[in-house]
Amino acid sequence: MTTATTGPRALLRRLPIVHQLRQSVGLQRAMLIVGLVITGVFLLTAAFAPLLAPYGFAQLRDDDGSFGAQQAPNGKHLLGTTVGGFDVLSRVIWGTQTAFLVIVVAVVLSIFIGVLLGLVSGYIGGWLDRVLVVIADAVYAFPSLLLAIIAAIAISGGQSNFWGGIFAAALSITVVFIPQYLRVIRAETLRIKAEAYVESAKVVGASTGRIMFRHVFRNATRTLPLIFTLNASEAILTLAGLGFLGFGIEPTSAAEWGYDLNKSISDVTSGIWWTSVFPGAAIVLVVLGITLVGESLNDLADPRLRTRRKADRTPAPTAETSAVPGGSLDSIVGLDGLEKTR
Amino acid sequence: MTTTEIAGAPPRATPPLFSRLANNKLLRFIIVRFLLIFPTIFILVSMVFFLMRTIGDPITAAQGGRLSAADLAERIEAAGYNRPLFVQYFEYLGQVFTGNFGTTISDNRPVVEVLATYGAATLELVVYALIVAFIVGIPLGMVAAALRDKWPDAVLRVFAILCYATPVFFAGLLLKLVFSVALGWLPVAGRASARTELRLNNISDPTGIYLLDALRLGNPMLIGDVLSHAVLPGVALGLLTAGVFLRLTRTNVIGTLSMDYVDAARSRGVREFRLITRHSLKPALIPIITVIGLQIALLLGGAVLTETTFEWQGLGFQLSRYLAARDFVAVQGIVALLAVIVAITNFIVDIVAALIDPRVRF
Repeated sequence: MTTATTGPRALLRRLPIVHQLRQSVGLQRAMLIVGLVITGVFLLTAAFAPLLAPYGFAQLRDDDGSFGAQQAPNGKHLLGTTVGGFDVLSRVIWGTQTAFLVIVVAVVLSIFIGVLLGLVSGYIGGWLDRVLVVIADAVYAFPSLLLAIIAAIAISGGQSNFWGGIFAAALSITVVFIPQYLRVIRAETLRIKAEAYVESAKVVGASTGRIMFRHVFRNATRTLPLIFTLNASEAILTLAGLGFLGFGIEPTSAAEWGYDLNKSISDVTSGIWWTSVFPGAAIVLVVLGITLVGESLNDLADPRLRTRRKADRTPAPTAETSAVPGGSLDSIVGLDGLEKTR
Repeated sequence: MTTTEIAGAPPRATPPLFSRLANNKLLRFIIVRFLLIFPTIFILVSMVFFLMRTIGDPITAAQGGRLSAADLAERIEAAGYNRPLFVQYFEYLGQVFTGNFGTTISDNRPVVEVLATYGAATLELVVYALIVAFIVGIPLGMVAAALRDKWPDAVLRVFAILCYATPVFFAGLLLKLVFSVALGWLPVAGRASARTELRLNNISDPTGIYLLDALRLGNPMLIGDVLSHAVLPGVALGLLTAGVFLRLTRTNVIGTLSMDYVDAARSRGVREFRLITRHSLKPALIPIITVIGLQIALLLGGAVLTETTFEWQGLGFQLSRYLAARDFVAVQGIVALLAVIVAITNFIVDIVAALIDPRVRF
């Protein structure tokens, strides 16, 4: 790094998102900012859902009596009520919480298992590596939603309470994601394994475990933020798909957008638009926001896709233009395979 | 030339040998790739089997509340679900190997028959979706590449992300709201109107693909009816893949536009339009063929959701119906069958990609 590395400002500049924001220009910066804003609003809504939502997600009546089913948007119910008599606005807001929890559980679990398997597979190699790769390829090539359905049946038998439902959805998504992490981390591990510093660690007498987790792991995980954002958005879509097919969380346990959309199919035919448009728009917005962030990070990390500053401006030092301090990312083989997910 | 006369024999011997070697490599690739189908199917079928058995036997799951304990035990006994898991597993593998994917519990039909009846509808939907994806994705990708970093490129990139970010069922519901309910232009659901369906089902040896059957009858009313039903589901599912094609075309055309041979063509005075539509597009299409394999899997998953949204009587619609009935033998059968289909399609796509692009083989 050629950047001045003293003082808190320099430290701030090297923080992940801040670094990319400074590095980006024009359109790319706009996309990154829009993505960050949407994602921020999503996170804040999830955090403050109990304060923001006018009613509970399973609330059917208040002091004035029952809400009534399929009420058009009005002063009392800003976005109307569903066929089941729930308040649409409240369910959209509470839905952010469900989505957020599922993303966190799913991505954390799949990163943990996928990275571990990828390290072992790539570093130890041999027949274990071959078996894992064949399994990962088989799972990866299969429609992820179908696999998630099977996993959801296995985990919860289809229906469950709040945490049961969250974990069922998250675990079924995890089954689908593990191969992706395995592939990316394995590809990186194979590359790093051949580096001189790994060899010198071996010469010094470091144990296999130490080399794997200290030397290889630290260097193999720099692509994870990119995959994280891509998978977070896919997790929301899978959750919604499961909910749409009736494998979500029961409406009395939590608000889930996919479930609400399923219940609105018949509403649409009779011209009732508010029960489908708002939960659907929520899904689209959140996925859009997270994907914009992920896309921008991906583009900024790839020198071929990164928009350069115009020549008349001060050119940034080359080392600083790299998304991840320490080098370019264009040698990552595994990331190409993720094209499917987008 | 004298040199050819001097070295007359070797050059003549080399080409056949060389081409034979090349052919062998292709043949080896095809054989290896073909053999890979079997572990893939084996892994997926085993995974589905064991995952589904973690909830116990499928008869209890389907009929649990409705039968007395004695009846239930009797039916479990008759179906052989009380035997050790591994005995059942090997029996199941044997059945799958002979093309028997089990019999549904709720309506007692062989799963293979469900596929034969509804597979054509799903195939039809997936083909419509691919057509939409090609028509929308590739030209727009070329436009985005040609106008790189200008505002149309920005709009198209956001459009591509929106294609991905919108769940197919929400896209379907929106299309329905606008074009069926508000404007009344297109039908709300189904593959054809009841009268058309009756006509099409009564012809001799129907293909099950409604458009083909309607074309064979040559009745413009029928063709129009079938097509009008196909537009919304096709677009809803197709947009998902269109976004992927748009991005891929854009990235690859940008990549090939910076190649030396494109510069050479430009310096010879080839117009920019032709550079993009001819010189850059063809090599850029190769990655799209490779990606179609993965897209088939995505489309099949999306088809389940699209068919549920539009009551399109295909495999996916049946799958969601069996899911609702908690008929897990049917679900297991359909999913295992789809695993076989996906494995075979991926094999075909890989072979086609290898035939087109020799680099894949090496």
